[in-house]
Amino acid sequence: MPHDSPHPDEHDHAPDDPSFASRPAIGARALRELLEEAGVLAPGEVARQVERMDTITPALGARVIARAWVDPAFKAWLLADGSAAVRTFGVDMGATPLHVVENTETVHNMIVCTLCSCYPKPLLGIPPDWYKSVEYRARAVREPRAVLAEFGVRLPEGVAVRVHDSTADLRYLVLPRRPEGTEGWDEARLAQIVSRDCMIGTALPHA
Amino acid sequence: MSPRFAPGAAVRVARERPAVSRGRQHIRTPHYVRGLTGTVAEVVGPFRNPEGLAAGEDGLPMQVLYRVRFPLGAVWDRYGGDPSDTVDVELYEHWLEPAHAA
Repeated sequence: MPHDSPHPDEHDHAPDDPSFASRPAIGARALRELLEEAGVLAPGEVARQVERMDTITPALGARVIARAWVDPAFKAWLLADGSAAVRTFGVDMGATPLHVVENTETVHNMIVCTLCSCYPKPLLGIPPDWYKSVEYRARAVREPRAVLAEFGVRLPEGVAVRVHDSTADLRYLVLPRRPEGTEGWDEARLAQIVSRDCMIGTALPHA
Repeated sequence: MSPRFAPGAAVRVARERPAVSRGRQHIRTPHYVRGLTGTVAEVVGPFRNPEGLAAGEDGLPMQVLYRVRFPLGAVWDRYGGDPSDTVDVELYEHWLEPAHAA
């Protein structure tokens, strides 16, 4: 409804992208320029890192899970030394070791970072907005079952919820249980049913 | 450096900041477990102390990092989930002291 605006002239002054002129955006740009001037960052380094990060999607993590489902030796390695195991997929966890937690018949794992938004970015990419929300961060440790129910996850009787608060140097990945009805599936097909939320612990894979 | 606590040990989280952490702005110990007793689920190993790293220092001496498990029923009054539900929190050794009851 372009003609409904009581102050049509305002459009002459509005920037094309409001977020580009927001206070945090201006602050980040100023900081980046200062760091480039001081030689701490190379020109374009931030943009290249952002581009690189944007190429990583949860499909990468799903391939790791599918491999663990079909290859017991890889699964054992993944649980013992996650960072080393995912290196075979070209993933470099850097200074934050990958800690993989396995769902079993009696334990369901769920990941949160109550202090900020720690997330295994080299493996899953950028976290979803809800993962960074104050609401998820507070409620995941306070009432995890209520949060799971809102995600549509209802656990069978006798399954304990084990929340992992990613407060420090580790990054977490949930290894879901391979669902029934997937016997004989190859890795590529299995990877299709492993969603991002399955690897955070707020969803379960289904055949 | 050898870890002070072994897996299965009962540990209490300091309620007040330990001397090493006073005046720091980047504390990684969540408030909701301060003063509580948990069980060492895993000894992760030594890391540079992020409280110092965040201030542009070298983070030395290193601190042993643990994953400590707390029953959610002991963390929250009137926890509405199952008594078997737990939370694992990453905690550095200088925030922990021995406890006798889990």
